[in-house]
Amino acid sequence: MLADKDRIFTNLYGFQDWGLKGAQQRGDWDDTKSLIARGHENIIEEMKASGLRGRGGAGFPTGLKWSFMPKESKDGRPSFLVINADESEPGSCKDREIIRHDPHKLIEGALVAGYAMRARAAYIYIRGEYIREAETLQAAIDEAYDAGLIGKNASKSGYDFDVFLHRGAGAYICGEETAMIESLEGKKGQPRLKPPFPAGAGLYGCPTTVNNVESIAVVPTILRRGASWFASFGRENNKGTKLFQISGHVNKPCVVEEALSIPFSELIEKHCGGIVGGKDNLLAVIPGGSSVPLVPAEQIWDAPMDFDGLKDLGSGLGTAGVIVMDKSTDIVRAISRLSYFYKHESCGQCTPCREGTGWMWRMMERLRTGDAAIEEIDMLQQVTKQVEGHTICALGDAAAWPIQGLIRHFRPELERRIEEHNAKFAEAAE
Amino acid sequence: MADRSPAPDTPELRERWGAFEFTESYRERADKAIARYPEGRQRSAVMPLLDLAQRQVGEETNTQGWLPLPVIEYVADYLDMPVIRVLEVASFYFMYNLKPVGRYHVQVCGTTPCMLRGSDGLFEVCKKRGMSKGHVSEDGLWTLTEVECMGNCATAPMVQINDDNYEDLTPERLDEILDELAAGKQPKTGTQIPGKRTSEPEGGPTTLKEMVDANHDYRKDW
Repeated sequence: MLADKDRIFTNLYGFQDWGLKGAQQRGDWDDTKSLIARGHENIIEEMKASGLRGRGGAGFPTGLKWSFMPKESKDGRPSFLVINADESEPGSCKDREIIRHDPHKLIEGALVAGYAMRARAAYIYIRGEYIREAETLQAAIDEAYDAGLIGKNASKSGYDFDVFLHRGAGAYICGEETAMIESLEGKKGQPRLKPPFPAGAGLYGCPTTVNNVESIAVVPTILRRGASWFASFGRENNKGTKLFQISGHVNKPCVVEEALSIPFSELIEKHCGGIVGGKDNLLAVIPGGSSVPLVPAEQIWDAPMDFDGLKDLGSGLGTAGVIVMDKSTDIVRAISRLSYFYKHESCGQCTPCREGTGWMWRMMERLRTGDAAIEEIDMLQQVTKQVEGHTICALGDAAAWPIQGLIRHFRPELERRIEEHNAKFAEAAE
Repeated sequence: MADRSPAPDTPELRERWGAFEFTESYRERADKAIARYPEGRQRSAVMPLLDLAQRQVGEETNTQGWLPLPVIEYVADYLDMPVIRVLEVASFYFMYNLKPVGRYHVQVCGTTPCMLRGSDGLFEVCKKRGMSKGHVSEDGLWTLTEVECMGNCATAPMVQINDDNYEDLTPERLDEILDELAAGKQPKTGTQIPGKRTSEPEGGPTTLKEMVDANHDYRKDW
């Protein structure tokens, strides 16, 4: 188990003051000036060496992403850092804890990351439903301004840097980086075609990097303790510590920071009080937020919880939002509810997604009651393949994968329901 | 995808809301929001302004608030935007109410993580009290909405009522909370499990135990 001294988010549960004074006592904003004095390239190189991969779901190396930003502005356009706090993926609830309990880690990280990529300001896009969380974050930003930590000559570094908060208003799709940029510009959150990539033309047509809250909030600690410290946790290519969020059928659901690559069993038994009804009662797990395919009990138990380990199981780490389902779960309903979620959240821009998510949900509802033909399982599988990869953003893929996971691992259950339903029908007809 | 349209544009609606404008305190907050964006990009403030407008309507009607068409037009005018650009934002994002709602907007999360922890039972409680999805109850007190994941999965099931979250709910506890609200009291927000702080495991954290009683500085152990 990760030692407490190696945890980054020490006020994760909010037992202590989230404000500036409390945060400084815990080590935040400690000589931030010297972190900035290391220079743009040094910070980026350190981040690359730490092995940090984006914590928002896709797992793209953070340092590498920053290096795509222009080193000088040839036409006078400023650069922006956009911080993705639009946490809406079912199963994910980690950024909320950072924002309301350790907001200064995020603000300090915004300054250091913003400096490294030569941005003049950061916009933090927080989901609209995080109302109290946004109040806390705004108060923390105000504190940081008042103390001269951000703004003109931020932390006496000679660098000017602003941090602004922007509240969303209830659209999952705004967590997609180009939809987020559209939304920040005051439009409907409909994703843009890439290229151009945000690092070339993002917010207001200016070079922009979009990073997840957790990716930014860990930056100051990584710089203070060194890349090699961070890289000492987890397996090769899966370095560092990570906030795991465990929900569903465990005895004690919780959010906890652990080393990447921790075995699933250890995560559940050490922190969550085990599976409801014991290990043998486990049915399946969605290990990385609703968008990744489920993994059946026997495959997940000893699996390392990291990007590559879960990819090997045909799933993914995503946001590390672990949804646990025991044998009392109506697994078809659980996945069908996710299909409804994607139908509800499709932005309507691309036809395969707009029409496909509704079609897939209606089909899933029929499979739930068994009111279908066996061939329709294959038809559904085909339709998911026609949606996947044929849309501007990844919401189409995200809607397809949970269903593909269900068919891959629970086809006998789907067939059983159809046969049962047909048998009942035949009986009634006699 | 969202299938939402504004409330009908009637003479009564014009009569009631045609003269809407921000009060001084809302105007101040609106201008502060606009100042967060670069010169010439005031359109970016359309989301905060719609939120403020909805809140002011809420104060005037003693509800959570909603966005009548004349109010949407006012925001468009305030930001010098075409009305349709504001209307499409208002209809795209779910937190903007396009129809009147009750005093309390009871938003029960029904997505899978909450469903696994018993959100069905929460809907039952609401239905027993005469709420139905998308409607204002007869006494004007409640509007029930099934919402998509609210990001409180480790403290599921949860309900958001106006600006506050109620987490780790049981049907009985939700019933009590609704009673308290109806009686004009402010119930305890956040997790409803006695002794629990936020999203730590029930019964006490398995990590960072020193933090419970004091603001521990772990740097000396580095």
